[in-house]
Amino acid sequence: MDNLFNPETIFGIIGMAVTLAMPYLYAAIGELFDQTAGCYNLGTEGIMMMGAFSAFYVVYETGNLGFGVLAAAIVGLLMGLIMAVISVTFKAEQGISGIGLTMFGVGLSSLLFKTLLNGTVLSVKGFKSIRIPILGDIPYIGDAFFNHNIMVYVAYLLIPIASIILYKTTLGLKIRAVGQNPQAADTLGVSVNKIRYLCVCGGAILAGIAGATFSIANINMFQEKMTNGTGYIAVALVYFSGWKPWRVLLGALLFSFVNALQLRMQVLGINIPSDIAMMMPYLLTIVTLIFVKSRDKPAALAVPYERSEN
Amino acid sequence: MAEKRITYPKSDHIKKLQMIDITKRFPGVLANDRVNLEVNEGEILALLGENGAGKSTLMKQLYGLYTPDSGQILINGKEVVFHSPTDAINAGIGMIHQHFMLVSNLTVVENVALGLKSSRAPFLDLKVVERRMMDICDTYNLKLDPKRYIWELAVGEQQRVEIVKALYRGADLLILDEPTAVLTPQEVDEFFVILKKMAEAMHSLIFISHKLNEVIEISDRVTVLRDGCSVGSVKNENITKTDLAEKMVGRPVVLQYDRSPLNRREVRLKVEDLYVPNDWDEDKVCGVSLEIHGGEILGLAGVSGNGQRELAQALSGLRAASKGKIYLDGVDVTKAAPYEHNLAGQSYIPEERNKEGIIKDFVITENFILEDHDKEPYSKNSIFNFKNIDRETQRAVDAFAVKTPNLKTMVKNLSGGNVQKLILARELSRKPRVLIAAQPTRGVDIGASEYIHLRLLEQRDLGMATLLISEDLDEIRALSDRIAVIFDGRIVGIVDGPSATSEMLGLMMAGVPLEEAQQKK
Repeated sequence: MDNLFNPETIFGIIGMAVTLAMPYLYAAIGELFDQTAGCYNLGTEGIMMMGAFSAFYVVYETGNLGFGVLAAAIVGLLMGLIMAVISVTFKAEQGISGIGLTMFGVGLSSLLFKTLLNGTVLSVKGFKSIRIPILGDIPYIGDAFFNHNIMVYVAYLLIPIASIILYKTTLGLKIRAVGQNPQAADTLGVSVNKIRYLCVCGGAILAGIAGATFSIANINMFQEKMTNGTGYIAVALVYFSGWKPWRVLLGALLFSFVNALQLRMQVLGINIPSDIAMMMPYLLTIVTLIFVKSRDKPAALAVPYERSEN
Repeated sequence: MAEKRITYPKSDHIKKLQMIDITKRFPGVLANDRVNLEVNEGEILALLGENGAGKSTLMKQLYGLYTPDSGQILINGKEVVFHSPTDAINAGIGMIHQHFMLVSNLTVVENVALGLKSSRAPFLDLKVVERRMMDICDTYNLKLDPKRYIWELAVGEQQRVEIVKALYRGADLLILDEPTAVLTPQEVDEFFVILKKMAEAMHSLIFISHKLNEVIEISDRVTVLRDGCSVGSVKNENITKTDLAEKMVGRPVVLQYDRSPLNRREVRLKVEDLYVPNDWDEDKVCGVSLEIHGGEILGLAGVSGNGQRELAQALSGLRAASKGKIYLDGVDVTKAAPYEHNLAGQSYIPEERNKEGIIKDFVITENFILEDHDKEPYSKNSIFNFKNIDRETQRAVDAFAVKTPNLKTMVKNLSGGNVQKLILARELSRKPRVLIAAQPTRGVDIGASEYIHLRLLEQRDLGMATLLISEDLDEIRALSDRIAVIFDGRIVGIVDGPSATSEMLGLMMAGVPLEEAQQKK
């Protein structure tokens, strides 16, 4: 236990948590837009796997990290379109179509991995850490917070950006209205379907990039099922946040901190069964969800919109 | 700083609007059959009709939510076609829906700004919207706080937000769908002042209603719809309620009941200092105490959202009370489950009849035996006795005049009035000693309402204790032996039914204590 409580270890864990929060942030902010507009996308996990694979493959073939992110975004967009067509246009049950999309994405990424890369685990040169001048030189804190790659910094920038879009723009007002009371928005000439398409597709692009962060901005290799439930945690995080961007940040850090802690404890050989340790973030998710009650829960979440017939 | 004005497409002023031979068909229903309607600037037109007569359908076509199958809409003599509400808004038409179209977790000003072009696009310009909105509020004397959230507002205030929303978008012609249904009598008076002001400012107003008093009080002209057809349009001069009711229903209607003298028996239902929370754990019922005797109807009057819903649910076991006691025939049932209330001889007619009263996709017989399906004569040893079920259901359906093709009709295919009669038939067939009736005639046509009222009075004479929860003051006054008024989760006062005036009840519904309300009278 002694070696857990020295500054080096503690800030090491924090620095690791800051990195581990990255995919949660991309995926959860994407999901936040979906849900605020009244759709929820359980396909996030599948989209992430496809994002992870396509980014990895493109970088492996071209060596260009920008192309990798772009590929993940495009694949995300396509899968978002599938989701939007199913749930917005054809008004299908969102939970089921999301699960379907996840199974599709996870399966297809494995298939492509086996056919295109012969199922060999390879690695690529991913994004490099950038030490921010001055701030990065502060002892301990500099390493923990200001020595990460560009994808990590952008992940944290998403929080204020999402907040501004949702609360300071006309688009954000429409998104919030469509998720709460689509009839009201419709009577004021707001196109419910257009807004929902936008949010589902935008959210899916972010989910694709979230997947890419695994394969080209952190672990820098591709393995089957490497996202390991992150997409589902991202969905839960949005509930946890009470549909507020800043609380997504809080939740993402909390979960990634617990995650980093359990990883470090395993490394340090602290005697806790690793299965229990790995359960912790998920357990935390379930416990927090029990206590979430928010007026900001989109009232029309998962309810397809149709003009009523009487 | 120079005044920034929002530009919105402003049409020519609407001097005359005509709807000619409008026909609209839904699967299985002819909702509008060659309906004609006309309204001029500065005029208040009442559109009168029963539920299901096609008023809302007609107006939704004028607002671009539906397109007519055939027929024309003319503005100032020129034909217009609306494909969406945006088209209608651009032509100068505004609509205030019966169920408000407000986003409850947005503020007043955000609701007004929703869907508007912003002068600082893509960013919101709430300051500009707020300033213009307050100008409109001043002009028409509407009191509103732009920064409050909709969920914080009383229903009357929410309605003002709807009016401001329409006026902000430059509405010349306003469609008001049952606007007074949710207001206290005093709020109705205030509302009518606003309407007259708007008419003076040369707005055209279409006022949809089935309340005869109000139609006669406010309108210049009345157009009556029945079964999807327009049955006439008359100037509001020397017309009587009886005339209008007959036009609307198609037969003479009784507007007042003869009641036998009160024969009060022992206390059946007793409520002691009851507190009941809503879904957000905020107490909506705060210390209610009531006693209801056998053989009497206690009316509970109040504006919707003052705790009636939570009280009714607590009394029927659907919602847990946080404090206080409920006694049924002297037995503590505060923590009893709904079926235990049933077993103890209590019946419940829920406010949301389609959600809590019936199962829409079940047939009539199945709905009829919902509560007692596991008892004789309906079943024995878990095996249904279909002969008995059919016989008993048929008897009840006949006794309560439920109009249905047969007993195997799905309940979702019955009209609102017939569903309510079926629920009443089921509940009263159980011969309850206590009945909680929440909004028993809301959305039910006059004919069925009349029938339901007579059955409630009949049961009263047989000794049943009834708690009648209603927002319709006429109903409360016609049926109740005593009237309790609820405001903000508290009983403001209990008055004798026959002597209560609507003015006095109205004041109490707004929270004025009994003594003061009596003095003001």
